[in-house]
Amino acid sequence: MNFAALWLAAPERLVHLGGVDVVIVALYFAMVIGIGIYLKRFATTGEDFFLAGRDMTAWIAGLSFVAANLGALELMGWASAAYQYGILATHWYWVGAIPAMLFLGIVMMPFYYISKTHSVPGYLRLRYGEGARGLSAISFAAMTVLMSGINMYSMALVMKVVLGWDINFSIWVSSLTVAIYVFLGGLLSAIFNEVLQFVLIWLGALLIPILGLIEAGGWNGMTQRIAANVGKGDYVHLWRTLGSFQDNPMGIHWTGIVLGLGFVTSFGYWTTDFLVVQRVLSARNLHAAKMAPIIGAGFKMMVPFIVILPGLLGIALLPEKLVGESVAAATGAHSYNEVLPLMLARYCGPGLLGLGITALMAGFMSGMAGNVSAFATVWTYDIYGAFIRKRAPDSHYLNVGRWCTLIGVLISIGTAYLVMQFLSIMDYVQALFSFFIAPLFGTVLLGMLWKRATSAAGFWGLLAGTLSSVGMWAWVKINPAALGIIALSPHAKDMAENMYRALWSWIICVAVTVVVSLATKPKPASELAGLVYGCTELPSERELKLTQRPIFWAAVVCAVFVILNLIFW
Amino acid sequence: MHKPGMVSIWFLIGLLLVAYGILILGAGIYEYLVPPSQPPVLAELHAGIWWGGLVLVIGVFYCWRFQPAKTK
Repeated sequence: MNFAALWLAAPERLVHLGGVDVVIVALYFAMVIGIGIYLKRFATTGEDFFLAGRDMTAWIAGLSFVAANLGALELMGWASAAYQYGILATHWYWVGAIPAMLFLGIVMMPFYYISKTHSVPGYLRLRYGEGARGLSAISFAAMTVLMSGINMYSMALVMKVVLGWDINFSIWVSSLTVAIYVFLGGLLSAIFNEVLQFVLIWLGALLIPILGLIEAGGWNGMTQRIAANVGKGDYVHLWRTLGSFQDNPMGIHWTGIVLGLGFVTSFGYWTTDFLVVQRVLSARNLHAAKMAPIIGAGFKMMVPFIVILPGLLGIALLPEKLVGESVAAATGAHSYNEVLPLMLARYCGPGLLGLGITALMAGFMSGMAGNVSAFATVWTYDIYGAFIRKRAPDSHYLNVGRWCTLIGVLISIGTAYLVMQFLSIMDYVQALFSFFIAPLFGTVLLGMLWKRATSAAGFWGLLAGTLSSVGMWAWVKINPAALGIIALSPHAKDMAENMYRALWSWIICVAVTVVVSLATKPKPASELAGLVYGCTELPSERELKLTQRPIFWAAVVCAVFVILNLIFW
Repeated sequence: MHKPGMVSIWFLIGLLLVAYGILILGAGIYEYLVPPSQPPVLAELHAGIWWGGLVLVIGVFYCWRFQPAKTK
């Protein structure tokens, strides 16, 4: 979403913090920096700094796994999407996350963990060689800090609109806080703070749906009010309007949701984006590493309660009708993006308001810490350690990682100011990030499950998938009518483009990888031990009780996922 | 997770929640005694009191359950 328009549209700050609210926010900042200072003494090796000593329990790794993704822009953006598109936005939390998280835990995690890789590019080096590793490491490192800067700028705008804070103040205070605690404690500090932030996000945001449902008269009361306010009932059904592009406000077909979002985009993000995978790699053993994404999936399924439901309640309860950003900019009305702060201001008095604002800040900082710690790891191990200085003592890489954290934050700040001058950069960088996710999933998946995939195929498949994604994006930019060809329907809207572009680029990546593999010489099986299914001895779980087995809990989460989709069908 | 001498993250979370619980509960009680001129919607439910109380209880539980002496 375009937060710059939000700033232009805002007539005045949405909420006013009292003394107790300021104390709550200040305590939060003091605590996160205090945690960083405290943990510095425990981050003494590269393994401690980059992988939290590989000593996290399944619960800590699982909560951190979800929290790194639960940024403030995620909270506000999807509440806004729920206001615009209704409950369809829930797909990004359920079908767009749960199957992929379970797949990561059950199928992919053993290979990441047994290979003892430090990162996803590191796995690509072991499986395909330096070419695929270099391509993915450089693209990931660059995109991570750029995205971090964009998020930083967007968050500063939100603070400007919600609290009236100066943009420079928001950028520097929040980013330097993150820089300090990640610099000191590395991933250990980032994970500790992410768990803290996860708890605060829930405590700060949960009150809105509870009070909203009380005011609306429960779920039925809310749906009746929505029907009265918008004149139709398709805002509260997940699947029944997806039979045709024209029948739902997103302009998307169920094939786009299931294949584009649920399969390619979601699996690409949750199983290969090192920002989230790094949290799971910090687990203390393979069992914890398998359980962490499953625990994360359980919590992820509940997030719509604090994100989507407030958006729906906004449609039902807010006295004014929120409008698109361009209209808001022209008229001074509130935009869709303000629905969550508006609901917060609606119910929360002193103290609760401070907690809610702290939740938003916590979300922002957890997302940024995730970006920065992942950047530091990939830069240190997969770029600096691989191509600049190959053999150095562990203490040297530890120092490089620390300084990378600061440099990453400074680049992010620079990006934030660049975006401030040239707003269109935001759209381009967000698009750039999406180019790599889907093809990378194809490359990693084939690498783990097909032992015939060769080194050359890994590199060329990844490159072909990425370039095809760039090509389709440029095609639609030059000729908007091309969207109808890519999404296979003239009625497709913007949301559909991303899904189908991801799907095509994944197919192209897989096809090129298969063709090149069949034309080139495979690695001997002995070199694939620990990396590929069929060449890796996976530890048996037969000695474990049923309730201790990851597959059992994955089945439980899967069953709840199916039931929820049926309930809200 | 627990290196020798390391305090549990849950204990630190408990500490912060205790402080937050006291502040929110206190603000809620003050609002109950001195109602604001522009109260939020559903102010009659006194959400600050019961939500602040809940946060305080969770915080106290975490502090007790994960206190450093117990987790060493």
